[in-house]
Amino acid sequence: MLTSARQLLDLAAQAADYKLGERNNTALLFFFIIVAITLVITYWAAKKTKTSSEFYAAGRSVSAAQNGLALAGDYMSAASFLGISGMVAMKGYDGMVYATGWLVGWPALMFLVAEPLRNLGKFTFADVVAFRLRQTPVRIASAIGGILTVLFYTIAQMVGSGNLIKLMFGIPYLWAEIIVGVVMLAYVLFGGMLATTWVQIIKACLLLFGVSLLTVLVLVKVGAPTDLYAKVAHEYGQKMLEPGALAKNPLEAVSLGLALMLGLLGLPHILMRFYTVPDAKAARKSVLYATGLIGYFYIIIPIVGFGAAVLIPGGQAAIKAIDAGGNMAAPVLALTLGGTPFLGFIAAVAFATILAVVAGLTLAGASAYSHDIYVNVIKKGKATEEEQMHAAKRATIVFGIFAVGLGILFKGQNVAFMVGLAFSIAASANFPALFMSIVWKRFSTQGAVAAMLTGAFLSVGMILLSPTVWVDVFHNASAIIPLKNPCVISMTASFIVGIVVSLLSPDPLAQAKFEDEKLRTYLGVGAE
Amino acid sequence: MAYTASNISRAEPKINQSATQVIESADFKRLVSLRWTVSMVLLALLFVTYYGYILLIPYAPEFMTTKIGEVTTAAIPIGVGVIVVAFVLTAFYVGWANKSYDPEVERLKNTLRK
Repeated sequence: MLTSARQLLDLAAQAADYKLGERNNTALLFFFIIVAITLVITYWAAKKTKTSSEFYAAGRSVSAAQNGLALAGDYMSAASFLGISGMVAMKGYDGMVYATGWLVGWPALMFLVAEPLRNLGKFTFADVVAFRLRQTPVRIASAIGGILTVLFYTIAQMVGSGNLIKLMFGIPYLWAEIIVGVVMLAYVLFGGMLATTWVQIIKACLLLFGVSLLTVLVLVKVGAPTDLYAKVAHEYGQKMLEPGALAKNPLEAVSLGLALMLGLLGLPHILMRFYTVPDAKAARKSVLYATGLIGYFYIIIPIVGFGAAVLIPGGQAAIKAIDAGGNMAAPVLALTLGGTPFLGFIAAVAFATILAVVAGLTLAGASAYSHDIYVNVIKKGKATEEEQMHAAKRATIVFGIFAVGLGILFKGQNVAFMVGLAFSIAASANFPALFMSIVWKRFSTQGAVAAMLTGAFLSVGMILLSPTVWVDVFHNASAIIPLKNPCVISMTASFIVGIVVSLLSPDPLAQAKFEDEKLRTYLGVGAE
Repeated sequence: MAYTASNISRAEPKINQSATQVIESADFKRLVSLRWTVSMVLLALLFVTYYGYILLIPYAPEFMTTKIGEVTTAAIPIGVGVIVVAFVLTAFYVGWANKSYDPEVERLKNTLRK
């Protein structure tokens, strides 16, 4: 099974080498231009990044529109761009169901946590959970949930990126991982949040521009979207335009939907973006910008996918020959429509996308350690500015090395379950505790710790016993837990455990502080 | 002592008279409850829209595969519609907050500074 997968990959690489051949040079040229521009920005940002507030939160000086673009940049990963266009090209409508799921978390983020988060926190979401509770246990539990989420998300990005870069640029997997690691570390280490924000902004603009251009070129060639659908139905049958296998099991579909929607509200690298804006009003506006940009992206990306299926010579079979998962649909479409320079551009955009997302994740992982564990637990909140910055940079380097190492270690693994894990842990460990700490007066230290640990370990455990790992990875005949995504159970359990334990262990001081906290939560009084 | 660390890091509740007054005022309570009412109504609409869509696929396949054009299925505009509704709900919240929530926040903050 494993050898056949490897053979397939080799075959795909050979096919890519054969088909993409010397075009690699164009792609590399575009890539170096993009990296050079972003490094200049990092150099400029580095001169401004001196305090920990500048390192983690860009001095809280990012505007709402900039933050909206950066949020979109953080969220629209290569998985969204290459994965969804590929899924639409190969499977048709089902790809659109995914696209919808990736968007609906944003309004929920706005209604439930965006503004309170900005008003209560400083650098990480743990600031909000720990606001009126006992610091040490809550910070440690939040860091476990936060780091686990970021780690699984990072592994998925690194493994995916290694394969993609190997296919597109012809660079060996190992080198691809190391290049991503080194360039990403340069952004984060020297420029901190300010450089990372600008890298996200540039990447979001490039990605939106690239996908828009692909869409326009497809429509110029084919006509209106209805003409495109007609062509698709003519070549591959009406089934391509109908929802299929994805939502056959309603409980599974709802569980996946919950993980996608509420997982967003627990993703540490997204949540820490809200501290880069000056106030809650800007936080709110930035969510609107992000929702608009990401919504636009997900509305047009299926056109790219359908376009790839009908415009690439050889259609689905040709796309599949290059990459079995269909991930190369958009780049090959670019080659078909605009020749090698356009392929080079799209390949470079995909690379920049991976780089930027990994940079955001590394910053979030590093801050979970240095701010929550080092400063607040080890140093009891009494670290000097210098010590904080040193801890942050040390943590960044360690996290970066870990990211590259894990990317190499997990080579060839199924990345889908790691993304599923990241979203499940985020929705089950981080979101319930964050939400209850904002709205529920009687939430206690013990309740918070119990909720976070229950959510984290239950979702990890249930995924290990689910078909994605128990059957696909360990090759057992049937799964112990039939659900592919455990969110509906693990998130509910986290809420119930948090409520029951809080009621059993009342914390009068925390309840007294809740009233004080309200002025800050709703009016922004005392917010940093 | 197990509680020493937490006592150091947790600031004593410092509520001056006017802060307490604001927290206990009917206006502030109304503002907070209105904020959550608006949020929860919008969240409910979002849930109905999205999970309605997700559940239409297994429970009403004939409806979703109905042709509304030559080949275009009903599922296509519905999927796009879910994204548009999600954005409109977000925009509605921002509009409401800018128009009604923020001025009230400013007013209450001013009474606090007195």
